[in-house]
Amino acid sequence: MTESTEGTPSRRSLIGWGGAGLALGAVAAGGAVAMTRTGNDVEPVGAAAGGAVAFHGDHQAGIATPVQDRLHFAAFDVKTDDRAEFVQMLKDWTAAARRMTAGQAVGEGGFGGLAEAPPDDTGEALGLKPSRLTLTIGFGPSLFEKYGESFGIADARPEALVELPKFAGDNLDRNRSGGDLCIQACADDPQVAVHAIRNLARIGFGKVVIRWSQLGFGKTSSTTPEEQTPRNLMGFKDGTRNIAGTETDRLKKFVWVDPAEGPAWLSGGSYLVARRIRMHIETWDRTSLQEQEDIIGRDKGEGAPVGKAKERDEPFLKAMLPDAHVRLAHPDSNDGATLLRRGYSFTDGTDGLGRLDAGLFFLAYQRDPRTGFIRIQRNLAPDSLNEYIQHVGSALFAVPPGVRDKDDWWGSTLFSKEA
Amino acid sequence: MRPARLSVVTAAATVAALTAVTGCTEKGSSAGDDRVVNVTATDDKCEVSKKEFPAGHVELAIENKGSKVTEVYILFPDDRIVTERENIGPGTKQTVTAEVKAGDYTIACKPGMKGDGIRQTVKATGKGTAAKRDPRLDKAVAAYREYAQEQADETLPKAEAFAKAVKVGDVEAAKKAYAPSRIGWERTEPVAESFGDIDPKVDVREDGLEDGQKWTGWHRLEKSLWQDKKLTAEDTTLADQLITDLKDWQKRVGKAEITPTSMANGAKELLDEVATGKVTGEEERYSHTDLVDFKANVEGAEKAYELLKPVAQENDPALVTELDKQFAALDTLLDKYRADKASYDFTSYDKVGKADRKELSDGVNALAEPLSKLAAAVVVK
Repeated sequence: MTESTEGTPSRRSLIGWGGAGLALGAVAAGGAVAMTRTGNDVEPVGAAAGGAVAFHGDHQAGIATPVQDRLHFAAFDVKTDDRAEFVQMLKDWTAAARRMTAGQAVGEGGFGGLAEAPPDDTGEALGLKPSRLTLTIGFGPSLFEKYGESFGIADARPEALVELPKFAGDNLDRNRSGGDLCIQACADDPQVAVHAIRNLARIGFGKVVIRWSQLGFGKTSSTTPEEQTPRNLMGFKDGTRNIAGTETDRLKKFVWVDPAEGPAWLSGGSYLVARRIRMHIETWDRTSLQEQEDIIGRDKGEGAPVGKAKERDEPFLKAMLPDAHVRLAHPDSNDGATLLRRGYSFTDGTDGLGRLDAGLFFLAYQRDPRTGFIRIQRNLAPDSLNEYIQHVGSALFAVPPGVRDKDDWWGSTLFSKEA
Repeated sequence: MRPARLSVVTAAATVAALTAVTGCTEKGSSAGDDRVVNVTATDDKCEVSKKEFPAGHVELAIENKGSKVTEVYILFPDDRIVTERENIGPGTKQTVTAEVKAGDYTIACKPGMKGDGIRQTVKATGKGTAAKRDPRLDKAVAAYREYAQEQADETLPKAEAFAKAVKVGDVEAAKKAYAPSRIGWERTEPVAESFGDIDPKVDVREDGLEDGQKWTGWHRLEKSLWQDKKLTAEDTTLADQLITDLKDWQKRVGKAEITPTSMANGAKELLDEVATGKVTGEEERYSHTDLVDFKANVEGAEKAYELLKPVAQENDPALVTELDKQFAALDTLLDKYRADKASYDFTSYDKVGKADRKELSDGVNALAEPLSKLAAAVVVK
C-alpha cells in the first residue's frame, strides 16, 4: 500500500510551473523543432506549415506573422486581486506558451508522470507539429478599471485604451464581449490552437476564468499579399490591401505603438479590436450577384474594384455606390486610417431557427483604436453591407510588446515595477 | 459453536492443500500451531497468545470470557478491516481466519460491539515485508475511515426519519427530511461509490437508467414528492428498500479500500460531482436542493484534505496555501446562499441565476484544479 516514487521526477517542482520544471521530461512533438520564424521575421512560410514561430522578439508573434489557418480566441476575467499571484500566473503562462509554440508539451508532459496525478499537459497535441502556433496576449480596459488599484497599474492605463462607443447596428451580447485579458491562439492545426487555450485556461484556474471564446477557421485576410487572397463566408476576397507582414514602414505607421506616444510599457505593442460579426448568410445567398458586387464594391470572381480589371488595381472610389463597403472602409475615406486585419470565419452550428450561426470573427491590430477601428467603423454606419451583417460581440485589448528572451514574460513591462 | 481444535486441523489441512497446489515452499505444512493466535476476550481485556506469527494463513481462536457480546477484528495499520467476526456471545468460542501479508496489524476486541475496542499490535513476519508507509498517512486513512463510518452511522437515523415520513404519506415532512438525509452520503460519496452495487440503488437519477432498469433510491422519491406531489404504496416499498441499502453501506464502509492517494483523488472526485451534476442543477432537478449536496461534497473533500494536509504541507507548501485559500473562497461563496451558517437551509437552486451559477462553477474549477495535484503531493516524498 506504499506508493513508491523511486525514479519518478519530483512533481513538486512542476506544480508551480516554474522554470525548474522546464528541463524535465520535455516532449518535443514531431521530433526536432525547426525554429524557422521569429515574431519580427515575416517572410512567407509557404509549405513550412509544420514549423515553429519563434516566441521571442520585439513584437509579439501573432500580429505581423503570416496568418495561420485556424484560431482559438479566449477572453478571460481576472478572479484574484493579489498582484503577486496574477504576475506569477503571467509568468507561468509565458513558460507554457514558450514551450507550446515550440511544439513541446507543458510541464512534465502528457504522460509518463505520476500515475496518481493528472498529467501536466492535456496531451491532445502530442505528436502534432508546432503548426506555426502563435499565442498573443492582450489586456482589456476592465483590467485597469477593476484591478488598477490592487495591481498598482491604475496610472498605467493608456489613453487610447478607451471603451469602444456604441456603433449603429450593434447588437452586442455581453457574454461575447469584453474581458480583462485575452489570448489569441493561431495555428495551422485547430487541435494545436485549442490545446494551447485549454492548457492556459487550466493553469489559470483560480486566477482567471474564461469569459467567452471563439473558434475560427479559414482566415479572412492575409498578411502575405503574394499568396492568394482568402475569401470570407460571403464568398468575396477579403484583405486585398491588408498590411503585409513585410511592410515595415506601414507596420510602424499603423500597427506598432510608437515609443514617443506612450505609455512606455506599451511601446512596440499594439491595440487589438475583436468583433464577432454575424452574417445573415441565407438572405445574402438569395441576393443577386449584381447587388452583392455593388454592396461590396468589387467583383466576386477576380476581386477587382468597380470599373477595374485586376484585384490589385487601384480602386476608384467614386465609381462605387456611395454606400459600398470598400468605398466606406477605404483609407481614402477615413483620413488614411488603416488596420492590420487577421480575422477568421466562424460557424457555431445553427441558431435554433435553422439559420447558420456564422460570420466573420474580425480581429484588427492598430496603433490607436481611436484613429483606427473607431474612425473606420463610424464611417461604416451607412454601409449597405449592414443589411447582411450584425456586430454581436466586441472587445478591445492593449497588446504589450514581445517577450524578449527566456527570462522575460508577458506583461513584464506593465508589471515589473514593484507595487 | 464449533470446537476450536477442529478448526485448527481444518485450517492446517487447507494450508497443506494450498501449498500442494501452488507449489509454494511455505515452511512446513504441518506448522498449523504457528498460525493460530488464541484470543481471550473479556469485558476489559483482549489477550493474544502470540504477537508474532508467520505471514500467510492465520487463525484467531477466540474465546469470550466476558459478560458482553463482543466482536473481534484484524485491522491494517490504517484501520481497514482485514477480517472480522461479530456476535461472539459470552462464554462462547469462535474462529476467524485470514490471509495476511507480512507487516503490522492490530487485533481489536470490542466488548458490547461498540467503539474502537481493546487493541493489540501484532506482526506477521516473513519475506516481502511491505515497505513502511509514512505513519502519518496511515493515521490519516484511519481517521478518514472513521469519518466515513460516522457519516454512515449518522445518516441512518436521518434516512429513517425520511423513510418514515414517506411511509405515513406526510409529503411536507418527507420534503423537509429529504436533503438532510443525503448529507452524510454526499460527504463520503467516493467511498460509497467504491461499493459499485450500492450507489446505483440509492443515488441514481432517472437519466442514469437503462431501458427496463428499475428506478430506486432517493431521487425516485424526490420525484414523487416534488413532481408527482403524492406518495403511493410503491413509494413505501422504495423507502424500505432505501433503508435496507443504506444499512448495507453502513456495514461495509469499514472494509472500503482507502489509500492516501484514493483519499486525495476522492476529494477531487467530490468536486467533479459538483462540477458535472450540481452546478448544472441536474442532481436535484425536482427538489432543487443541489446546494445542500454541493456543500456536503465540499465538506467531504475538505475533510480528506485536512487529514492529508500535514504530509502535503511538507511536500508542497505552495499547494497547501492555494488549497486553503480556495476551500475558504468556495465556502464563503456558498455561505452567500444560506442565511445561517449553522444550517443547511440553502437557496433553492432554481432561484440561482445564470451568472451566479457561473460564479459557483468558476469557484469549483479554482479549487478542483489544485486539488487534482494533492495525490502527487501525498505520494512524493
